[in-house]
Amino acid sequence: MPSHSVSPAIAELRERIAHLEGPGGRARSVLPFGLTDIDRRLPGGGLGLGCLHEVAGGGNDAVDGAAAALFTAGIAARTKGKVLWVVTRPDLFAPAIAQAGLAPDRVIHVEAGDEKALLACFEEGLRHGGLGAVVAETARLSMTASRRLQLAAESSNTIGLALRRWRRQTEAGDFGQPTASVTRWRVSVLPSRPLPVPGLGRAHWLVELIRCRAGESEDFEVEACDDTGRLALPSEVAHGSPQKEIGRRIASG
Amino acid sequence: MAGRTGRRRLITALDANAEQLGVRIGMAVTKAQALVPGLIIADCDPVAEAEGLTKLALWALQRISPVVMADPPDGLVIDTTGADHLHGGESTMLADMIKRFAASGVEARAAVADTWGAAHAAARFVARPAIIVPPGEGEAMLRTLPLQTLRLDPGTVSGLITLGFETVGELLEQPRAPLALRFGPEIGRRLDQTLGRIAEPVDPVRSPELIEARKVFGEPIGAAETIARYIAKLVDALCAELEKAGLGARRLDLLFHRVDNTMQYVRIGMAQPVWDPKRLTRLFRDKLETVDPGFGIEIMVLIAIQTEPVREKQRISSLVEEPEADVSDLVDVLANRVGDRMLCRFTPVQSDVPERSVARIPPLAPETGLTWEGDWPRPPRLLPRPEPVETMALLPDHPPVWFTWRGVRRRVRRADGPERIRGEWWKRDAELTTVRDYFRVEDEAGERYWLFRSGDGEHEDSGSQRWFLHGIFG
Repeated sequence: MPSHSVSPAIAELRERIAHLEGPGGRARSVLPFGLTDIDRRLPGGGLGLGCLHEVAGGGNDAVDGAAAALFTAGIAARTKGKVLWVVTRPDLFAPAIAQAGLAPDRVIHVEAGDEKALLACFEEGLRHGGLGAVVAETARLSMTASRRLQLAAESSNTIGLALRRWRRQTEAGDFGQPTASVTRWRVSVLPSRPLPVPGLGRAHWLVELIRCRAGESEDFEVEACDDTGRLALPSEVAHGSPQKEIGRRIASG
Repeated sequence: MAGRTGRRRLITALDANAEQLGVRIGMAVTKAQALVPGLIIADCDPVAEAEGLTKLALWALQRISPVVMADPPDGLVIDTTGADHLHGGESTMLADMIKRFAASGVEARAAVADTWGAAHAAARFVARPAIIVPPGEGEAMLRTLPLQTLRLDPGTVSGLITLGFETVGELLEQPRAPLALRFGPEIGRRLDQTLGRIAEPVDPVRSPELIEARKVFGEPIGAAETIARYIAKLVDALCAELEKAGLGARRLDLLFHRVDNTMQYVRIGMAQPVWDPKRLTRLFRDKLETVDPGFGIEIMVLIAIQTEPVREKQRISSLVEEPEADVSDLVDVLANRVGDRMLCRFTPVQSDVPERSVARIPPLAPETGLTWEGDWPRPPRLLPRPEPVETMALLPDHPPVWFTWRGVRRRVRRADGPERIRGEWWKRDAELTTVRDYFRVEDEAGERYWLFRSGDGEHEDSGSQRWFLHGIFG
C-alpha cells in the first residue's frame, strides 16, 4: 500500500491498527509472483509469508485439484527450505510437482487419515518454523480452524497454503464461507492458444484473486507455472492487445 | 524332531515332507523310523527352543508392540492395542509379521482377537495363515472349535472327550459345578479367561541390556498433570543414562502399571536417534490423552527399546548462506501422530511406466539430488488405476477425436503425442510386447487429460487397443 496518505486521521488510524496487530504486523516479508500486474494488487507486493492463503480449483478442478496443485506447488517452489505437503487422498503425482520447480528432495509428504488429523499436521507444520511452506489439501476449513492456522503461521513466519479440494462438485460452494485466510485464489483452466503446429502449448489459467485482506479482488489470465514455479503473462497481453492492429488492418483493407 | 515324554521317545515336530510321508506328531520314534527308512531325527532341545522363542519375543518387542510375551512352547503373545495403526492396520500388520517370520525361515500363523485365549485358539486351530476375529465375535468362533483350544492339560482334555464333549460350545452349555468337582477349577478359569470374563495379565519380556527408568508411587496417581510431571522426570533420568552411553533413542516405551493389575502403554518412535529430553517429553505429552489411568497408576517404567549411537555433527557456520533448518523434530511429532508409514519423500526410479517411476523413501533419508528425467509433462493427479474411456480415434497414431469419461463426453480440441512407453520385460514376461501410447489432450473447456491406448494400434500382441484415462493435468 502506498504510504503517502495525506490525511493525518488516516495515518493515525493506520498507526493504531499496526499497534493492534502487534510487532511485525506490517513489516512482514512477502513472496512476489514476479508479475507486476499481480504483485501490484497484493498489499506489500506479494503473498505474505507468515500468512494463510487459500487456493481452490474452478469448475471440475474443484474436485480434481490439478491446476490448483500446480499453482500451489509453484508458490511453494519459490520459498526456501523444506515443504510439507499434507493430503488425505494420495493421488498427487510427484513428477508433476517436480516439473513445477519443487524438487523431490524438498517435499515431505504426509498422508493424514482424516480431515481432523490433516488440520493438526497443518498446524504443527506451521508452528515449527523451519519449513519453507506448508501445503494441505483440505475440504472443510472452518473459521476457527483457519484462525488457528493463521496464528500459527504468524508465529513462525511460514507460509501456509490451504489447497481447497472437495469430494463432490456440489460441496464446492463451501468456498464462499468466510475464513481467516489472508488471500483466497481460484484457479481455473482456459483453452490454450493454438500453436502453429499440432501439439499442446503451455496451459492457460484464469487466476481469480477472490479475497485479499487490505486489497481488492482481481482476475488475471496467466500462463501456467514453468519449471521454476513462475507464472507468465500470455504474450498477447504482455505486448498489448493484437485486436487493435487487426482492426486497423481490416479497416484499411 | 524327537522328544522324550516319560520313557517314550515321541515325534514332537516335523516338516512338510515328513508329514506327506505319513509321519505324525505324537507318533513313537521307532514307528516313524519303520514307516520312513532314512528319516532324519534330531533330538529336541527345550532349553534352546525357549531361548529362541525369547529372542523372537524381543524382536517383536522392538518391532511391533511394547507388550510381548513368549508363550511356550510355540507361541508369542503380543498386545497390539493402540499399536496396529502404526503398522497400517491389523491385517497389514499380521501379513507383514508373517512375511518377516517367513523371511527368517519361521513358518508362522497369526490371529488377532479380543482376548489372549481367543487369539491363541484362532491362531492354532482356524487354519489360515492370518485371521482377525472382530471384537465381540470371539465367543461365536470358539463355540465350534475343539476342546484342545482351551489350553487345558492333555489329561483333562482326554477326560472331557471320554465324557462325550467335543467342542467348546458344548462345554459352555454345561453347569460348571460338576465339572469343577471332577476336573478342578482349571476348566472354569480357562473358559472365563478365553471369553474375557476374567483378566489374564501379560507379563512382558524385558532384556537386561535395555536402558530403563522406573518410578514406583507410594500412592497411585491419576491426574494428567501429575503424570506429565513424572514423564518429564523419567525422561530426564533416561536421557542422562543415554548420554552416558553415547546412545540416542529411536524407540521408547512408557508402561503404566495400573492398580487394577492391567497395563497401559505409550510408544514413540524417532526418525533419528535423540537424547534431547525436551523433544522426547513433547512427544510423550502428545500421546498422553490416549492413556487411561483408571483407578490410578502405581508404577511407571520408561524403556529405551531401540537405541543407536549418536553421531555428533559439526555445523559449519557460513556467513553467506543460512543453514537449512532441522525438521527432524517435526517429522517425529507427525510420525507419532499419523503413523510412521504415512510420512515419506518421493524419489525417482528408473522406469518409464508412470506408476513405477516413483518410490517412497523415509522423510529424513539423505538427499539424492535426483529428479525425474524427460521433458514430457506429467499430470499432477494420477488416478490410482487407469480408467477405461470410450473414444473414437484414427489408427495407428492419432489422438482420439472425442472421449467419454465418467459419463461425460468431451471433444478433443488439441492433443500432443504419442509418447510410447514399452513394457518392462525384465519385470514380467507378459510385458515383453506390451506398449502404451500416451496422449495429452485438451477439451473445449481447456481441461487437459492424460489418455493412453493400451497397444500400438497395429499389433494384436501389443495390448488390448482400448483407451484409458490415467491422469489429469492442470
